[in-house]
Amino acid sequence: MHVVICVKQVPDTETKIRVKDGQVDHSETKYVVNPYDEYAVEEGLRIKERLGEGKITLASTGPERAKDALKSGLAVGADEAIHLVDEAFEGSDPYATALILSKALQKIDYDIVFCGKQGVDEDHAQVGIILAELLDIPHVSVVTLLEISDDQKSILAHREVEGGHEVIEAPLPAVITAQKGLNEPRYASIKGIMAVKKKVIPEWNAEEIGVDAEAVGTRAAKIAFAEVTLPPERAGGRVFDEDPVQDAIKVAHLLRDEAKIL
Amino acid sequence: MFNPSLGDEHKALRRLARQFARNEIAPVAAEADRTEEYPWELVEKAHAIGLINITVPEEYGGGGLGYFEDCLVAEELAAACAGVYSSFVASTLGLTPLNIAATPDQMERLMKPFCAEPALAAFCLTEPGAGSDVACVRTRARRDGDVYVLNGTKRFITNGGLAKMYTVTATLDPELRHKGLILLVVPSDLPGLSIGKKEEKMGQRAADTREVIFEDVRVPVENRLGEEGEGFRLVMETLDRIRAEVAAAAVGTGRAAMEAALQYAKDREQFGRPIASFQAIQFKLADMAIKVEAARLLVWQAAWLADHGQRNSYESAIAKCFAADSAMQITTEAVQVFGGYGYIREYPVEKYMRDAKLFQIYEGTSEIQRLVISRWLLK
Amino acid sequence: MSNDVLVLAEIRDGAPKKISFEMLGEGQRIADQLGGRAHAVALGHGIGDVAATLAQYGAQKVFLADDPSLEDYTAEGYTNVLANLIKQTEPALVLLGATTTGKDLAPRLAARLAVGLASDCTGFTLQDGELLVTRPIYAGKAIATVKEEVRPYMATIRPNIFSAPEPDTSREATVENIPADAGQIRAKVVEMIKEAGDRIELTEADIVVSGGRGLKAPENFALVEELAGVLGAAVGASRAVVDAGWKDHSYQVGQTGKVVTPTLYIACGISGAIQHLAGMKTSRYIVAVNKDPEAPIFKVADYGIVGDLFKVVPVLVEEFGKMKAEA
Repeated sequence: MHVVICVKQVPDTETKIRVKDGQVDHSETKYVVNPYDEYAVEEGLRIKERLGEGKITLASTGPERAKDALKSGLAVGADEAIHLVDEAFEGSDPYATALILSKALQKIDYDIVFCGKQGVDEDHAQVGIILAELLDIPHVSVVTLLEISDDQKSILAHREVEGGHEVIEAPLPAVITAQKGLNEPRYASIKGIMAVKKKVIPEWNAEEIGVDAEAVGTRAAKIAFAEVTLPPERAGGRVFDEDPVQDAIKVAHLLRDEAKIL
Repeated sequence: MFNPSLGDEHKALRRLARQFARNEIAPVAAEADRTEEYPWELVEKAHAIGLINITVPEEYGGGGLGYFEDCLVAEELAAACAGVYSSFVASTLGLTPLNIAATPDQMERLMKPFCAEPALAAFCLTEPGAGSDVACVRTRARRDGDVYVLNGTKRFITNGGLAKMYTVTATLDPELRHKGLILLVVPSDLPGLSIGKKEEKMGQRAADTREVIFEDVRVPVENRLGEEGEGFRLVMETLDRIRAEVAAAAVGTGRAAMEAALQYAKDREQFGRPIASFQAIQFKLADMAIKVEAARLLVWQAAWLADHGQRNSYESAIAKCFAADSAMQITTEAVQVFGGYGYIREYPVEKYMRDAKLFQIYEGTSEIQRLVISRWLLK
Repeated sequence: MSNDVLVLAEIRDGAPKKISFEMLGEGQRIADQLGGRAHAVALGHGIGDVAATLAQYGAQKVFLADDPSLEDYTAEGYTNVLANLIKQTEPALVLLGATTTGKDLAPRLAARLAVGLASDCTGFTLQDGELLVTRPIYAGKAIATVKEEVRPYMATIRPNIFSAPEPDTSREATVENIPADAGQIRAKVVEMIKEAGDRIELTEADIVVSGGRGLKAPENFALVEELAGVLGAAVGASRAVVDAGWKDHSYQVGQTGKVVTPTLYIACGISGAIQHLAGMKTSRYIVAVNKDPEAPIFKVADYGIVGDLFKVVPVLVEEFGKMKAEA
């Protein structure tokens, strides 16, 4: 069973977001592995342990620092990692990112592909699903529990829906996007961290992957950020002190109609 | 050349230690401080991922890494709880004499099984009458055929009640003073070894600190580390080596207090503004930062020297003295920044201050460190 | 290429979900600016009745794909049907809800059509014929304005942002039945499991309802729990309540308890001492209920009610319950 897991980095969620000249300012940013990708990696490791065999390959399309995300995955026990990197990839939107991954995956073959359900930076929640469509395989998104059939040919996946869970059955190969609660990611071990030093992470560029440089990157983007701003400051609050019953009704409605959160 | 920048593996190691500290140690720290119960499951978890026995060679089941790596881990774990971490460093203290002087056979027989399971070691040096004056050790080892018969009492032993293996400093003859000292590895299950009641401490209360009593404990001669008469040198070298880790733990405690004070100063408003906007508070925070940064670099230097096979008594004494004294100063000022809330047990900062005091006392008091430093200068 | 907007109406229990109306409302507003109309498409089985409802909310045309193979939502089945429709009708913009269905379907559909997708959008503007979409990023810590470059534009809409138009019962729509063959479906639903009651984790909750000393007695905490229940919220407590032993420390919100960052924080009978505020002041919206008009919590509350919480909270429970049923 070959498990491929797509990982990426995101700014540390504890960082305050700074905006400069209509863009997010990353000059002070510390990067971490996308939390949803950690569930994906952990699930891959558990599958290999459960089956007693298998190979886990990590893939990432980010810039040079993306290697840190790959190394984190190697440190917890993934077997191999490939870094898909090329100047032409910069500024790729979700479609292009999925395209790059799909071409690379076609080169290495796979039985099951994991992605995190979304990157907690831009929150698109698209790459994993687009990847499935481009590879022409089924997908199950936002998965909270996964079982592999004894013959390793299909999966049963639980996913959250409004009001409960669905159980989906799909044949392999398939793409699974990982949701929080799928598992509890393990710590790396010191041995694992030190062993990463010896691992070679090959770099594949556009040509080696077989992806057309014109079809990816900023120029090919189907969606682009025109501007980023910070949300408006909280306006002064309103206090109601007329009649408890009327005030309560008023506030309930304001929450729905003005604050738009119910 | 000493280059204080961290490579990728070091950063990953520090990240792992920080994660473990935050997720596993921090949540139980306050409770362990209150109840003085050692959270044993932390030893099991740390063992599983290799966060203990870091400096033991790989072939015997340890991490095979250097003191530098151990210090990176020390700072992170101690920042979450000095008491919990002191058990780890005390265990390393118990193992260090083996790392220095054990024969391959001793490592195979004693170190390997020890490292295979989650376990702690203890270093038994201090006695009621022998604190800084090591040559005053009275615990007697009398040779009887192929064993030493051990009699005596050790005091203030960290991991006293938890250790699986004790590295005991004993004397063949008190008249010989430091020339009579030997180091024996004593498994905890030998008959005649008993533990006293747990000490109720001011700080680092999670750690199990007790008297360890030896009554006619028969220790195989094969468990002696080094030759008869080499004991004192071995003890001194052990203490030299461990100083950097203890200093690193002091850096962690100081850093944790500083971070708590920093956040509080930003949140707390008086006179219409956050107290962090007042210069008096700003200067306190700056002084804390100066001490943390300086202490850390001193620790790294001492550890680097040890890893490169260089004698580091002078540098490690400076690191330990400075880090311990700094931790005390930082934590005291941190309580001050918190004001009334700093004095209340519900807030974490008073614990840092209670924990910090011990760094100035154990593993060589700050006064002893100053002696080491001045002797080096005057030699 | 038309100037129409196509809205995917989500059907539940035989009727369109509220998000469908919200999308029709906004969809028509955009279509007006483009010089086109808003249309709706619904997929399912036995859904003939929905067309009339969708017409009342502004759909000029309703495409129906009614087939047993579409009774359960499947990403592949719905993608197949919708992709065909979109290729045939060439709308300018396609809207889906950012619901579990929409979020699962839209990326696959967008990839099938090789177009871009703006996820979880909260606003639309047309500027010189270009569509600009507003969406939150970094979990709402920043707002991005996104330009879509390829037609048809596609977006998933965050629920409860746009208002549904007033239904006009006199309106009628043209109904067109479209090819409803789901095609090859590999991932299938084999079971649906309804939610059991489970305690929502404070630090992850979208809505938190907390109780303080103003509740007066431990049994009164049930009021807070009831309000939390109707909102699907997590339950929190002030330090006073935890100290008094009414609730265990794991419920405590504050400097020495948990720090929470929900979209909505409702504080009942909590004075708002700085220690408590430190644990919840980054909530997006704060509602406070307290008898004391001088209580510091009113300084940070977006909506404050000075009144007896024993009168106010039951009314809130009732109102929220009503609003939930309408949704």
